[in-house]
Amino acid sequence: MNRRGIRAVVRRDLAIVARSRAVMLPLIILPVLFLVLLPAAIAAVVSRLPATVPDEAEGVMARLPADVLAALPEQPGARIAVVAVTFLLPPLTMIVPLMVAQVIATDAIAGERERGTLEGLLLTPLSDRELLVAKLLTALIPALAVELAGALLYTVVVDVLLWPYTHALVLPTAGWLALVLWLGPAVAAAGLGIAVLVSARVGTVQGASQISGVAVLPVVFLALGQVTGLLFVGAGLILVVGVVFWGLAALFAYLSTRMLRRERLGARLAR
Amino acid sequence: MTPAPALRLDAVVRDFGGVRALDGVTLDIAPGEVVGLLGHNGAGKTTLVRVAAGLLAASAGTVRTLGRDPVRDGVAVRALIGVLPTCSPLDLRLSALANLRFAGEVFGVDPDVLPRRVVRLLEEFDLADRAHERVEAFSAGMRQRLALARVLLHEPELLLLDEPSSALDPLAVRMVRELIGRLSRVQGRTVVLCTHDLAEAQQLCDRVIVLDRGRVVAAGAPAELTAGLAAGAVEVEVDPADVDAAAAVLERADGVRVEGARVEGARLRGSGIPRAALPRLVEELVAAGVRVYGVHPYEPSLEEVYVALYQGRPR
Repeated sequence: MNRRGIRAVVRRDLAIVARSRAVMLPLIILPVLFLVLLPAAIAAVVSRLPATVPDEAEGVMARLPADVLAALPEQPGARIAVVAVTFLLPPLTMIVPLMVAQVIATDAIAGERERGTLEGLLLTPLSDRELLVAKLLTALIPALAVELAGALLYTVVVDVLLWPYTHALVLPTAGWLALVLWLGPAVAAAGLGIAVLVSARVGTVQGASQISGVAVLPVVFLALGQVTGLLFVGAGLILVVGVVFWGLAALFAYLSTRMLRRERLGARLAR
Repeated sequence: MTPAPALRLDAVVRDFGGVRALDGVTLDIAPGEVVGLLGHNGAGKTTLVRVAAGLLAASAGTVRTLGRDPVRDGVAVRALIGVLPTCSPLDLRLSALANLRFAGEVFGVDPDVLPRRVVRLLEEFDLADRAHERVEAFSAGMRQRLALARVLLHEPELLLLDEPSSALDPLAVRMVRELIGRLSRVQGRTVVLCTHDLAEAQQLCDRVIVLDRGRVVAAGAPAELTAGLAAGAVEVEVDPADVDAAAAVLERADGVRVEGARVEGARLRGSGIPRAALPRLVEELVAAGVRVYGVHPYEPSLEEVYVALYQGRPR
């Protein structure tokens, strides 16, 4: 494995990403929105709600396991806030690593073709596998870094804002840790796999982004299931769902080794 | 013992769906040779370069680049060759320096050697004072010079250059031509040069290969190719006022075969004119009132060979 060559590609791609406003803007806005502003708003506003819990919130809380309910604070507003930031919102935060991975992957592959530099890259002595590894790492490293840093921020924001009501740390919970350390990377890897497959076929970044955006649907379904009380996403279910996403990621990685072949990409270059 | 060819193609075919881009191409290029690949757009030059570099597999036939199969041993082959593709390989959002460093690392240039070599190439290509600027601010000529520097960074044995002097100003063109000459004659590197510039090919190349619709239609040293057309090539110098009259005489001269009479200033050129027919031709010109100042044999250029090759061929 030509590690120096792989490192060079990753470093170059990340330098290009850092200079691209179109790529950097969503990479900053999404984490700030989902991992800082949203939990901060919920924790700050909902915890100041009047003393009665709305019926809709009662409906959601009625479906929570007994041990979870028992651990909630007494004040109704704070109860809703804790449920929102520890159970309802976390599945939605999986969108962050997913989108970061996809935005960078489409730019690193379809963007390479769009900018006309793909042929130059294919003419280097990196093997097909090394090129794939480089492109995967280019997207995965920032996705995981943003996810971990964002999760830390999320935890701090939630704990600081809810401390006056709970007098205890709300996060991390076992479910939160499973989500951040197991499901988040799995979702990012699977979404990345889809982005690589689509980017290898679609000629433009915009086209690849639109098609690979469907990967966000499972995460939305997961979050909706949680909000509507159809399923309770506890640590156990997160581990199971994580296994499914890691399986998908492995499948997409295998398919990518077939799609990202020099001959296939070379034949699609303009003659 | 004859050295193994730097590039060997044997009956190579390459299809893209229903389109045949290379159609039974056979050629050998010896180490140290400078060979020009000529042909219209779509003749197969770029496909040939990509097949030689292992970017495309041949649909049929055998390819050996520096003695290896460029698809099966692609990693080793690409480390030993330098390809300047039609589309610039440079990242416009990075600086000239970053582009060269990246190429050096990917091509495995010794980390101790790389910084010095990058500086030397930037100086050689007159880009040292712009090394830290983003390439997107460069002119087309500067980008092409940087792309050439990138190709030479790992000191490849075989260079496949697709139109290296396109977009360059006359001084830069001269520099590139001198460089190619130096690479071949001094350093013994093999150069395959795809070009539309026939004067460049004539000046630089030991041999030229003319492709048409994926087939080799002519191959040989420029002098050999022009010699075929030189038989009976005559240049008639007349008074500028009499050019039209002279052209008319040349075109209808009885018993004189005039092929491709062309007017350049006050000189008319024709080929296929036997020496014995010249006195009669001059008589006819004089009879038509043309003031003839000279009749000379001349050596056609590679451009005339190329035009003659393509005359009557569908494009």
